[in-house]
Amino acid sequence: MSNEGVIYRISGPVVTATGMSAAMYDVVRVGHEGLMGEVIELHGEKAVIQVYEDTSGIRPGEPVLNTEETLSVSLGPGLLTQIYDGIQRPLPTLEKEMGVFITRGVDADAFDLEKIWTFEPQVAAGDAVVGGQVIGHVQETDTIIHKIMVPPTVSGTVKSIESGDFNVTQTVCVLEDGTEMQMMQKWPVRTPRPFQQKYAPDTPLVTGMRILDFLFPLAKGGAAGIPGPFGSGKTVTQQSLAKYSDAQLVVYIGCGERGNEMTEVLDEFPHLIDPNTGKPLMERTVMIANTSNMPVAAREASVYTGITIAEYFRDMGYDVALMADSTSRWAEAMREISSRLEEMPGEEGYPAYLSSRIAEFYERAGRVETLNGDDGSVTVIGAVSPPGGDISEPVSQGTLRIVKVFWGLDAGLARQRHFPAINWLNSYSLYPQSLDQWFRDNIAQDFPEIRTQISGLLQIESELQEIVQLVGSDALPVDQQLTLEVARMIREFFLQQNGFHDVDAYCDIHLQYHMAKAILSFQDAAKSAMADGALLNDVVNVPARSDLMRGRFEKGYIDRIDSMVKKMNDEIADAVETN
Amino acid sequence: MTGKEYRTITDVKGPLVFLNKTEPVAFGEIVTLRLANGDIKNGQVLDTSDDLVIVQVFEGTAKINRETGVTFMGDVFKLPVSTDLVGRILDGAGRPRDGGPEIVADEKADIIGAAINPYSRQSPNDFIQTGVSAIDLCTSLVRGQKLPIFSASGLPHNDIALQIARQAKLKDSDEEFIVVFCAMGITAEEYNFFRSDLERTGALENAVLFVNLADDPAVERIITPRLALTAAEYLAFEKDYHVLVIYTDMTNYCDALRQIGAAREEVPGRRGYPGYMYTDLAMLYERAGIVKGKKGSITQFPILTMPGDDITHPIPDLSGYITEGQIVISRELHQQGIYPPINVLPSLSRLMGSCIGEKTTREDHKSVSDQMYAAYAQGRELRGLVAIVGEDALNERDKQLLDFSGVFEDKFLRQTRDEDRSIEETLDLCWTLMSSIDTKYLVRLDQKWIEKYHPDNRD
Repeated sequence: MSNEGVIYRISGPVVTATGMSAAMYDVVRVGHEGLMGEVIELHGEKAVIQVYEDTSGIRPGEPVLNTEETLSVSLGPGLLTQIYDGIQRPLPTLEKEMGVFITRGVDADAFDLEKIWTFEPQVAAGDAVVGGQVIGHVQETDTIIHKIMVPPTVSGTVKSIESGDFNVTQTVCVLEDGTEMQMMQKWPVRTPRPFQQKYAPDTPLVTGMRILDFLFPLAKGGAAGIPGPFGSGKTVTQQSLAKYSDAQLVVYIGCGERGNEMTEVLDEFPHLIDPNTGKPLMERTVMIANTSNMPVAAREASVYTGITIAEYFRDMGYDVALMADSTSRWAEAMREISSRLEEMPGEEGYPAYLSSRIAEFYERAGRVETLNGDDGSVTVIGAVSPPGGDISEPVSQGTLRIVKVFWGLDAGLARQRHFPAINWLNSYSLYPQSLDQWFRDNIAQDFPEIRTQISGLLQIESELQEIVQLVGSDALPVDQQLTLEVARMIREFFLQQNGFHDVDAYCDIHLQYHMAKAILSFQDAAKSAMADGALLNDVVNVPARSDLMRGRFEKGYIDRIDSMVKKMNDEIADAVETN
Repeated sequence: MTGKEYRTITDVKGPLVFLNKTEPVAFGEIVTLRLANGDIKNGQVLDTSDDLVIVQVFEGTAKINRETGVTFMGDVFKLPVSTDLVGRILDGAGRPRDGGPEIVADEKADIIGAAINPYSRQSPNDFIQTGVSAIDLCTSLVRGQKLPIFSASGLPHNDIALQIARQAKLKDSDEEFIVVFCAMGITAEEYNFFRSDLERTGALENAVLFVNLADDPAVERIITPRLALTAAEYLAFEKDYHVLVIYTDMTNYCDALRQIGAAREEVPGRRGYPGYMYTDLAMLYERAGIVKGKKGSITQFPILTMPGDDITHPIPDLSGYITEGQIVISRELHQQGIYPPINVLPSLSRLMGSCIGEKTTREDHKSVSDQMYAAYAQGRELRGLVAIVGEDALNERDKQLLDFSGVFEDKFLRQTRDEDRSIEETLDLCWTLMSSIDTKYLVRLDQKWIEKYHPDNRD
């Protein structure tokens, strides 16, 4: 059999071809227009293909050509600042080729193959090199050095190495056995890139969002799920993470989501400054946008394209954060393809392999020792969009079984305009144990204890609220009324954060600690003043307290907060005397 | 090209016809079926292979038998488009329904519509004043947005949609919208209501109507919105118009989708709706927007009735995940006799942030909107508490908020069907109403706006 066959059947994005030799996951070109597709099932002579572009107008009998390669991404200098569709075609190039509407049959290089980069060799002739080893550097953007690595499957002795200006397809290094290496390499998206070993995570991914860093921290190399109904702020949270987390690189996958939202990101990111480096955010970002109305098979591929790019940068020793918004749309793409294949469905029509695919995807996160002995990580944060906000559905459940951090968004909080609308009662993080040492060493010795006190107060509040619902707050004893007041301060002053405010959107982790301390300090001062006869109302309404709470919207808060707390405590102490 | 006629039908099931061995037929190709009595029906290829072709028949399969002649038209479904469409009424398959001549086509456009490259989109940020206070203040509409009305049977969503269609304009501009109206499975009575209202206000001259009524074939509803959007795209992106697309009722559309899924024996998703309904709806809703280098825009107002008033039903749920917010109509408010009965609490406009403020509406808009919303939300919550403990148990602040929630519904929400309030009028009204609450409780208002706009501080 040859690598050419003909179309036998077309049903939406699924095409069956006959008369062609094919292996699973081979990339094929379908029809006269050469639409890109991938073999996903074999039945004797017939190969079932999922096609990444619209199939209307294609007829049985048209040719199918097997490229005999698996679906791969191009990796090399030029990736950063790009915006791709699900199969790594740059959207600006597509615009140039076919105008504002995405039609089909257009091929595009993942990045400019002609662009000249300055290659600085890091090895010399005669050096032995192994897979993953860095042979040279390219300054790709102001902040990121792109390390050119030996492909994972290659090793040998360097015969010659170049230095100077080259494009990504020119040979920069030749091994004794004749292997030539360029700055660009390819890697199949469905195969995780190899590494030496996985480490236990011990460093938090600091996001600048108080509720996340302080109460439910995520480790570099960890995985988190954000489920929430529509309108609860999944996308805003994901975007905040993309903007402010202290990862060195960010891969943002807009998977089956709104077009206008992607546009907003595209408009906004080039103007935003990374608070950690002071450089434009775009310089550390790769974006993948396969919106809900773009072909569903490409949506299925988009998360793999994204994570392979993330792994590639991890292998250079970087900390990479990957946001996937939303994994539910990815799962639905799997469901759609599966139903076209007439597979026996599992729960709610999803294929039976749904949970193993989800698990495999999140397992590609991790902090690893790379092939070259460096330390790199991929942190995965996946949004989930459960129908009706009910997380008992298969995608949420499949995700929760594998991730260690659960940030549960809550429609009720969103309606109260409490943002980020993350429910502090049902969210969790399993990382504190492994991260507490870092917090003790880098922020404060008593950081974990402060966290326990804060979350304890929130817990007590929820119990008290049940009573208040029945009898009103006035019926509670004063000490419990104070607890409610303190908890309210935690919610309004600490947990609420305005993602659109210049200053408040990003809160330094040290400041988070001071703010939490300030709340506990208020509690202590109030308690002791009330023990001496002060009235709750007077204690709560001291002017310095509202100054303290408002202060977080102003720059330089961290320098003033201690004196503001002191002033508040003094005023509270005075409340005893005036009474 | 028009091919030869086949008489190889093997099975007919619901809206689907199955044919044996034909020439190679394209996926999505248009099909005509000629019945023994000479009647013509139309259909589209859903599945094609060397051995078997499945055709979905738009007009229903009544009277089709094994003698029916089937011709493949060699092309996918296209709509003839030209500016002559404006002022016309067409049926659900794009044929004239007003007794007028056939549309003379400038070009023929594929009705499936290609996806807009996200990189080529332009962020929508032009505020549309609808003249309806609840919408303008709390869920501001933006040109290029898709903002559905989540309603339920027996509620006045049609009045609201028409009022918006009549009044919608850019602030300080007389530029009008072309309205593309798409009816899917609504009753003749509802249709007449829309039509006579459009006629009465003269808006019909600036409108295109695509009408599939309740007694028209259900399967035709699958293409009706696609025709409407294809016309809208032509008018917006080729002819520079600003187009407002109203479609009603999306629930009927989704039910037609389910009907076809069931006939094909597909594996159903939630409540029997097909697993690809999210993608299918996205292919409609995502056709809203503005693109770089084009003057026109498409703004969408889909109306859907939530079965059993249930917002978690798959139709509103999947819509909410795609659209940029929602306007929720409340039965409770309607029963209190309030028009428009918009419940602002679950309503949302995701694009609002980019279209309000000093440059577009007024500097205090955000602040006022947050405060009105918060005070109303708290007041509503207090109603529950009062039912248990009585009004006397409330403190002064809570009493004021409780009273405010009533005023909010009675004075702010309530307006007449032809009352067109400018955004300034709406904001000034808010300040008047909020002055019933002690200023110290209005914590979400910026101090500088209180000094400038609060009735106590104005002359």
